Amino acid sequence: MLKSALASLLLTGATLSHAFAGEIWVSNEKDDTISVIDEATLEVVRTIEVGERPRGITFANDHSVLFLCASDSDSVQVIDPETGKVLHDLPSGEDPEQFILHPDGKRLYIANEDDAITTVVDVESRSVIAQIDVGIEPEGMAVSQDGKYVITTSETTNMAHWIDTASEQIVANTLVDQRPRHAEFTPDGKELWVSAEIGGTITVFDVESKAEIAKIPFEIQGVHRDRVQPVGFEMTTDGKFVFVALGPSNHVAVVDMKTKKVIDNVLVGRRVWHMAFNADESLLFTTNGLSGDVTVIDAATQKPIKTIKVGRFPWGAAYRPTN
Amino acid sequence: MSPPRRDEPVYDKLSHSIQSMRAKNQYPLVGIDFGIPLLQICVAVLAQARVYAMLRWISMALFCLKCVTAYPADPIDISIGYLQREVPPPAVLSNLDPLPEDEGLAGARLGLADNATTGRFLGHNYTLEEQIVAQDGDILAAARTMLAQSKLLLLDMPKDDLLAIADLPEAKDAVLFNVSDADNGLRRDACRANLLHTLPSRAMLADSLAQFAVWKKWPRWALVAGAREGDQAFAAALEQSATKFRLRLVERKDWTFDADMRRNAAREVPLFTQDLPDHDMLIIADEADDYARYIAYQTWQPRPVAGSSGLTPVAWSRVVEQHGAAQLQSRFAKLAERSMRSIDYAAWAAVRSVGEAVTRTATGEVTTLRDYMLGEQFELAGFKGRKLTFRTWNGQLRQPIPLVTQRAVVALAPLEGFLHQFNELDTLGVDRPESSCAAFGSQ
Repeated sequence: MLKSALASLLLTGATLSHAFAGEIWVSNEKDDTISVIDEATLEVVRTIEVGERPRGITFANDHSVLFLCASDSDSVQVIDPETGKVLHDLPSGEDPEQFILHPDGKRLYIANEDDAITTVVDVESRSVIAQIDVGIEPEGMAVSQDGKYVITTSETTNMAHWIDTASEQIVANTLVDQRPRHAEFTPDGKELWVSAEIGGTITVFDVESKAEIAKIPFEIQGVHRDRVQPVGFEMTTDGKFVFVALGPSNHVAVVDMKTKKVIDNVLVGRRVWHMAFNADESLLFTTNGLSGDVTVIDAATQKPIKTIKVGRFPWGAAYRPTN
Repeated sequence: MSPPRRDEPVYDKLSHSIQSMRAKNQYPLVGIDFGIPLLQICVAVLAQARVYAMLRWISMALFCLKCVTAYPADPIDISIGYLQREVPPPAVLSNLDPLPEDEGLAGARLGLADNATTGRFLGHNYTLEEQIVAQDGDILAAARTMLAQSKLLLLDMPKDDLLAIADLPEAKDAVLFNVSDADNGLRRDACRANLLHTLPSRAMLADSLAQFAVWKKWPRWALVAGAREGDQAFAAALEQSATKFRLRLVERKDWTFDADMRRNAAREVPLFTQDLPDHDMLIIADEADDYARYIAYQTWQPRPVAGSSGLTPVAWSRVVEQHGAAQLQSRFAKLAERSMRSIDYAAWAAVRSVGEAVTRTATGEVTTLRDYMLGEQFELAGFKGRKLTFRTWNGQLRQPIPLVTQRAVVALAPLEGFLHQFNELDTLGVDRPESSCAAFGSQ
């Protein structure tokens, strides 16, 4: 109720900077820039030039620095979010696409798309701790809440590789459908969800047994099944909802995390790819690659409330509180 | 017996119980050692059985058998053969684009490397046996020798050789992949149940171009066809596509020049095209890439050129970069030190199809692999934006067709608005109701 009231205030253009003090950072793959969206005004307030083909984007746990995969520069750039300046590069292996920061804040696990490797980098000493052979075209990266497992999904091998972070070794490989793109652990740490773009499904694994426990299909009326392609997704921390980007079907599905049923589909921009929540998870920002914009979804009403033009081919998104 | 659908809950339950056992044994979960006694699993399954579901459980219990045998303690070895007939390329006017010697083969090698990476995690070992038979060599003898080693063969050769090999008694229970011949007949009357096609047919290519013309509202085609057999076949396919998509073929002219067009095009082509009735697109059938490149910008009327030059329908091209294709391109370039071509793509797709079938069924048994590839569960991520599957009525791999220039992808067929009751990809090429292929039975 409150959330929707706030959303309608936003629609009327009211500024609520005291309530919403934060920014959404969006990597623009084909512009070599980051667009910074102010959460209060829902406008792009800064455009920052970065390395070539920026994709994976995440903040340090204390939000003091931004990590960015500059894929074609073969580096992970560390950026000061205040100034937008590149502080230094991390050794990343070739063609870093996506990464995940371990809860220890120290280890960054990077998927090297061209090399079938996951590189583990110590962000403090700026050195490579380990390189782990994974399947072809590693992409999706996830870490369990307790930090025990890191997942790499490989697009052409069609697996989720379970990396034990104590030994930095693969301890299990679980098959999923074609072209896995993204992985997330549920907030309770009991399940792993993996999306398969071409397979058109999300596979859910039980973390303890690593057995498949569910497969979620998606459907959009008027769009052929083969074009409904789940890619990035985000879970609400209350364990209720999962928002799933469905790529070229231009929709975001809302899935009930418990029943694993799709309860709604939200129309967004073209080829929706990844997304990020704001701090209180009232707003969801989706990157729409082909239309070059970001759709803002009111998480409570599950309605799109605004479209924001950003750079060419927006890919990833990350939230940063500013107060 | 084909395995049950993966999305059935009963499968999940079973796979759960098996996998938990594996976890307790602390084996990596897929692919290595599954020495779980058959009895134990069947007991686990039957213990959960209820009377109303008994029949279903019995079928699952049978599947148990498969699960156990499907993950043997010994790794699975998959050998794939690549047999090529050496065909000297026809003499062409331009020296700019020599045909790579490893065309096709390089694609198969990449497919093998891709399979091997997946296989590494599963205990599946893949090998590729390559053999090239000289122009006047005995291809049937070579095929027999290869079939004695492996029943999975990629065939890179003309139609007559393909059919002769497919009809060998030794090939009866083999799975053969045609990776190089676009002949429509092979997908129609001359189809063979043991012969799948990963290269698009001429009909698929021509239909793609026709859809593009409809979509652009450029419905009037003038057609120029070379004298070679392939040119004539492509021209025939283009004529059929024009009819299928209700385009108007205003005229067809045969290209009969034998002069060197590198010097004469500016004089000859305007005269050659001057008497063509008004048209929107000039379509050229020149499969050997001989004269078509000299037509554009020399025509009497300013018209876009398509077919074998200009806007070209292909299985693959170096300009394809969407849908993750850039990764496939860079892997291929690293391996072959050149860009990937249509036949390379077809060979890659064939080897990857085998890999997918082996990964999902965990067997090297060829009949099971064939059933899986032609079944509903099969899907191949082929870097063209949607899953690739085989047509059950003629063994053709369904696939989107990029329409490309030398520098960019112009469109990807099927184009928007071409609908189909089952699969939009079946708007390209021979659809089930019009199929005259009997070898695949009533599938």
